[in-house]
Amino acid sequence: MTAPVTPTLLYLDNVTVSFDGFRALNALSLTIDYAEMRAIIGPNGAGKTTMMDVITGKTQPNEGTALFEGAHDLTALDETAIAELGIGRKFQTPTVFEMHTVEDNLLLALKNKRGPLATLLSRRANQERERIDTLLERVRLTAQRHRRAGELSHGQKQWLEIGMLLAQEPKLLLIDEPAAGMTDQETADTADLLRDIARSKAVIVVEHDMTFVRDLGVKVTCLHEGSVLAEGSLDAVSANERVVEVYLGR
Amino acid sequence: MRTQSLFDRQTTLVLSLLTAAAILVPAMNVLAPPGSALHLSDHLVPLLGKYVCFALLALSVDLIWGFCGILSLGHGAFFALGGYAMGMYLMRQIGSRGVYGDPILPDFMVFLNWKELPWFWHGFDWFPFAALMVLLVPGALALFFGWFAFRSRVTGVYFSIITQAMTFALMLAFFRNDMGLGGNNGLTDFKEILGFPVQAGSTRIVLFVLSVLALAGGYLLCRWVVGSTFGKVLVAVRDAESRTRFLGYRVEHYKLAVFTLSAMLAGVAGGLYVPQVGIINPSEFAPANSIEVVIWVAVGGRGTLAGPIVGALLVNAGKTWFTGALPEFWLFALGSLFVFVTLFMPRGILGAAGSLWERSSRRLLAGRSPEPVTHAAE
Repeated sequence: MTAPVTPTLLYLDNVTVSFDGFRALNALSLTIDYAEMRAIIGPNGAGKTTMMDVITGKTQPNEGTALFEGAHDLTALDETAIAELGIGRKFQTPTVFEMHTVEDNLLLALKNKRGPLATLLSRRANQERERIDTLLERVRLTAQRHRRAGELSHGQKQWLEIGMLLAQEPKLLLIDEPAAGMTDQETADTADLLRDIARSKAVIVVEHDMTFVRDLGVKVTCLHEGSVLAEGSLDAVSANERVVEVYLGR
Repeated sequence: MRTQSLFDRQTTLVLSLLTAAAILVPAMNVLAPPGSALHLSDHLVPLLGKYVCFALLALSVDLIWGFCGILSLGHGAFFALGGYAMGMYLMRQIGSRGVYGDPILPDFMVFLNWKELPWFWHGFDWFPFAALMVLLVPGALALFFGWFAFRSRVTGVYFSIITQAMTFALMLAFFRNDMGLGGNNGLTDFKEILGFPVQAGSTRIVLFVLSVLALAGGYLLCRWVVGSTFGKVLVAVRDAESRTRFLGYRVEHYKLAVFTLSAMLAGVAGGLYVPQVGIINPSEFAPANSIEVVIWVAVGGRGTLAGPIVGALLVNAGKTWFTGALPEFWLFALGSLFVFVTLFMPRGILGAAGSLWERSSRRLLAGRSPEPVTHAAE
C-alpha cells in the first residue's frame, strides 16, 4: 500500500494482542495529534499498559497497524529504535537509576549519541551542563543534584523520571500513573507540569485518579476489555452509562 | 562529588601498592642475602606472579559483574585460551630440544605420529603474533558467544549457566588429542621465552614485574571505562535494564563491548600465567575454576575494582597455605568463606572497610557539622 497520509502523530488501528487466548487488546483504534494531551482511564486489565507496551515496542501485536508520524511502523521496531524515533515512556512505578546521582540520571537521558564508542569517548560539554541545569530547574530537583536517585522521595523520583523523559526530547511522552503515591499538592503540581509539557509535545497519560484527570482538563479515552469504550471530554465520558457501569460506578 | 574523590584516592593507593610490589619483590629476592628475614626465596617469585595474574582475572570479572551485572561463570575459559595462545608460542620455542628432537613438531604431535603442523599452529613461533592471539582469541570467542546470548536477551542465572556450559564444553574439547593442543597433558616443558630461559630467576622476576604492570594497566583501563559515560550506562543496565532500553540505548551492544573487553583482560592474565607456572592443560577450563574467580571478587568486594585484586591475593594465599598445611580442609574453608562473606559482608572486604571508614570519619565530623550530606547548587 502507498503511505497513508495521516495527519496524526500516533495512529493505532485495529490493534489486537492476545496472551494465551486472553485478548489484552481487542481491535483497539486510537489516534493522537501533534502536541495533544490525552488521558486514558479504565479499570484494571483494560489494556492500558499493554497499549503502552505496543507503542514502545515491548510487545508485538498479533494484528493491527501502529504508525508514528504516518511513516514509521512501530510493530517492526524494537524499544531502542522507537525511543530514538522520539517516544519516551515513564513507568508506573518510578524507575530511575538508583545508584546514579540525579544529575547523572539526566545526563544519561539527554538526547545524544547513544553508541558505546560515543559514550566511551564523550566529554561533557558546557552545553550539556546548561541543559541539565534547565531540566533540574523544571522538575525542581536543583537542590538534589548530587544526591543518589535512590535517596529521593517517591514523588521526587516520579519527577526525576519525567525530567529524564524531557531530556530525551521526545515528540510523544507516555506517562503511566504519574500521580500514584503522591500527596495532593504534588499531584496538583504534576498536573501543572504535564499541561506545560503538552504545549509543545504530545502526551498520553494513564491515570486512575479522577481529580488529577479533571485537573488536566483534556480529552479522555476510556478503555475496557482491550478496546475503546468511550472518548470525549471527562464530563461526557463520566456521563456514559457503560463507563459508569464498568469503571466509575464500582 | 565525594564518590569521585574516593575513587581517586583508591586509584593512587592501588598504584602505589603495585609499584611497591614491583620494586620490593625483586629487591627482596635478589638483594637481600638468603637466610635474612627479608629474603624472598626463588620459588615464591613465580607464586606471587601467579597470584597477580589471578588478580587481573578477578578484575576482569568485576568489570562485567560489578558494573554491568553480567555474572560470567565461564571466565576461566578466556583465561585458559590466553594461556594456550602463549603456551603454543612457548612450545614452538622448544625447537629441536624436545624429547624426539623434531625441529618443528612439538613432542606430543610426534608421539601421535603427525607429520605436519596443523594450520592453526602457524605463526605461533613469532612472539608478536602469539601476543596478539592472547588478546584476540578470547576476545573473538566472547564476541561470538556474547552476540548470540545478549541479542537473545539471555540474562541473569541463565546466562551464568550457559557460560558454565561453554567452559565445560571447551574443557572436553581440549581434552581430546585430535584437537592438536596436547590433549590432557596440555602444553609444557617450555624452554625459552624470547630467548630467555623460562626457569631462570631473572626471567621470573621480569615476568612478575610484567604481570604487576599488566594488572596496573588493567586497573587503570577499567577505572577509565567505569568513569566514562559508557561506564554510567553499564551501571544503568545493571540496575534497570529495560529503563536503559527505553531511553534509547542498545543494551546488547554495551554488554557485548564490555564482555569482550573483559575476556581480553582475562586472556592477558592467562598469557602471563602460563610462562610462570610452566604448564597449561585442559583442567584450567574446569567449571569450578571459574566459580572460584567469582568467590575472589565477592570476598574482595564486587563493583570496586580494587576489591577483587585484594580478594584474589588473599584467597589464593589462603589456598596455598591450606593446601600445604590442611589440604583436605581447603574446600570447606573456601565454602565457609563464601557463605560468611555473602551473609555478613555483602559488599566484601573493601565494602566493609569502606563503611567502617565512613562511620569513623562521620563520628569525627559529627562534632562540627551535623549533616554533611547536603550539597548546595553552585
